[in-house]
Amino acid sequence: MELIEINNVTKRFKTGTIALNDVSLKIAKGEFVFIIGHTGCGKSTLVKIIYREEKPTSGEVFVGGVNVAKIRNRKVYKIRRKMGVVFQDFKLLEKLTVYENVAFALEIFGLKSNEIHTKVLKALELVGLKGKAKNYPDQLSGGEKQRVAIARAIVNGPKLLICDEPTGNLDEETSMEIMDVLKDVNALGTTIIMVTHDTIIVEKMKKRVIELEEGKIKKDYAKGKYKRENI
Amino acid sequence: MKIFRMLGRDIRDAFHSVVRNFSLSLASITCIIITLFIVSISIMLSAIVNNFANNVKKDMTILAFLDVDVEEERIKEIKTEIEKLGNIASISFDSKEKIAKQIIEESPTFKDILSGYTDEDNPLQNTYLVKVKNVEKIGETAKKIEGILNVESVQYGAGMVEQLLDVFETIRVVSLFVVGALIIVTIFLISNTIKITIFSRRKEIEIMRLVGASNINIKIPFLFEGVFLGLFGSILPVLATIYGYTYLYNRLGGFISIKTIELIKPSPFIYYVALLLIGIAIIVGSLGSYKAVKKHLKI
Ligand SMILES: Nc1ncnc2c1ncn2[C@@H]1O[C@H](COP(=O)(O)OP(=O)(O)OP(=O)(O)O)[C@@H](O)[C@H]1O
Ligand SMILES: [Mg+2]
Repeated sequence: MELIEINNVTKRFKTGTIALNDVSLKIAKGEFVFIIGHTGCGKSTLVKIIYREEKPTSGEVFVGGVNVAKIRNRKVYKIRRKMGVVFQDFKLLEKLTVYENVAFALEIFGLKSNEIHTKVLKALELVGLKGKAKNYPDQLSGGEKQRVAIARAIVNGPKLLICDEPTGNLDEETSMEIMDVLKDVNALGTTIIMVTHDTIIVEKMKKRVIELEEGKIKKDYAKGKYKRENI
Repeated sequence: MKIFRMLGRDIRDAFHSVVRNFSLSLASITCIIITLFIVSISIMLSAIVNNFANNVKKDMTILAFLDVDVEEERIKEIKTEIEKLGNIASISFDSKEKIAKQIIEESPTFKDILSGYTDEDNPLQNTYLVKVKNVEKIGETAKKIEGILNVESVQYGAGMVEQLLDVFETIRVVSLFVVGALIIVTIFLISNTIKITIFSRRKEIEIMRLVGASNINIKIPFLFEGVFLGLFGSILPVLATIYGYTYLYNRLGGFISIKTIELIKPSPFIYYVALLLIGIAIIVGSLGSYKAVKKHLKI
């Protein structure tokens, strides 16, 4: 079963830039997919169209059977609740503790506090941060901050986790630790789409890799087929 | 209940926000306080003046002076003619003899003057005292009475009350404009305060959107903030209205015994005024925050 089906998507910004040019692709439930390519090739735009931060100029974007390209702005929250998003800059609230940052989303949904408690602890355990629930973000390392962000993204048990350069700010060792966390999340059945520049990680992970170039899919490597170019 | 838990969170956030941006909030609150004070004072003044005018009007009487040489028979006819005019509540008759007696009792000087006349040829006029049903039309009715044959002239307490009401009407219009202008200023101030809050919470809003907060989830805390500002601003004017008016009433009540300038009883009058002030505060607060949210929280 496909979780994501993108058909002939073109995105042209008001400035005239064509960030995506007639892109079509399918991603199955439970897959782990990397999206790579040079800077400005449209990677972020592609995932933004999936989590409906941007609307495509033309084409269809099915996520779990719903064409998110057609969703009205004020209904976007409904699909956001079914996916998690993680960024390079973590996007944590500095005034809230680790626990509160993860609980943030659930509080907005109006869950009972004991339900929130169970879910937050489960998510923190999965990312290996149970011991730091009471810390504030500025008391954490970069890798730990990213774990908090991942915990927040998965706390509601989403079908899909989108990561836009989650290791962009982290050193190699910490990046690999984050990849281990993502592997665990993926093993529990969550589909993961990860945008990255880090081809070393991509090669090590041996997952499906989609390479973009100037808004088009240059190559779609099957699991384990991607090899870094020797420069 | 889910909805109450969510509202609880929103109210807490709005409250924190007002406390955090206190200096800006203070400007908005001050403006609301001034506005509500003016509203309160205008309402109370208007109520007092209206009450006074009504009391005066209730006592208003048309005096219809008849020709000096009018016959007994004709006097009776005039009464029926007046009654036929409509808008007549009651008619009483003061004969010139009765008036003469009254004058003589009140002043010995007149006694000397009037003693030269007999009942038949005294120069005073027979008078009808007419009370009307609808005081608004007293002028009209007086004119009709004046048109009746053998009615020499009419008089009613026109001038003073009308003038007072005219002056007061002007004051009311002016204060209405001032209040209107102040409300607009307040809405702008509140909207600015909330704009600042929105900007200072950009990141939080962005994250809320990312994790799936609905538009209402995101907007409600800011709308509450406006309402809070309004409510904070209404505390002082409401207290001042309730205690100030009660004090005034008790203080003046002791001195003023004339029925016409009697003040309106504080209860329930002041509570209606207080409710009105709170209502205005809430409406102005929500309008201000709605404006800011609409402009700066495009989702
Ligand atoms: N909101 C926007 N308005 C106009 N142009 C945009 C906008 N967002 C992106 N672009 C342009 O679209 C193209 C693709 O941008 P995108 O952010 O998808 O690139 P990317 O592959 O994620 O790059 P990077 O690796 O640097 O993050 C770029 O040329 C960029 O300048
Ligand atoms: Mg990017």
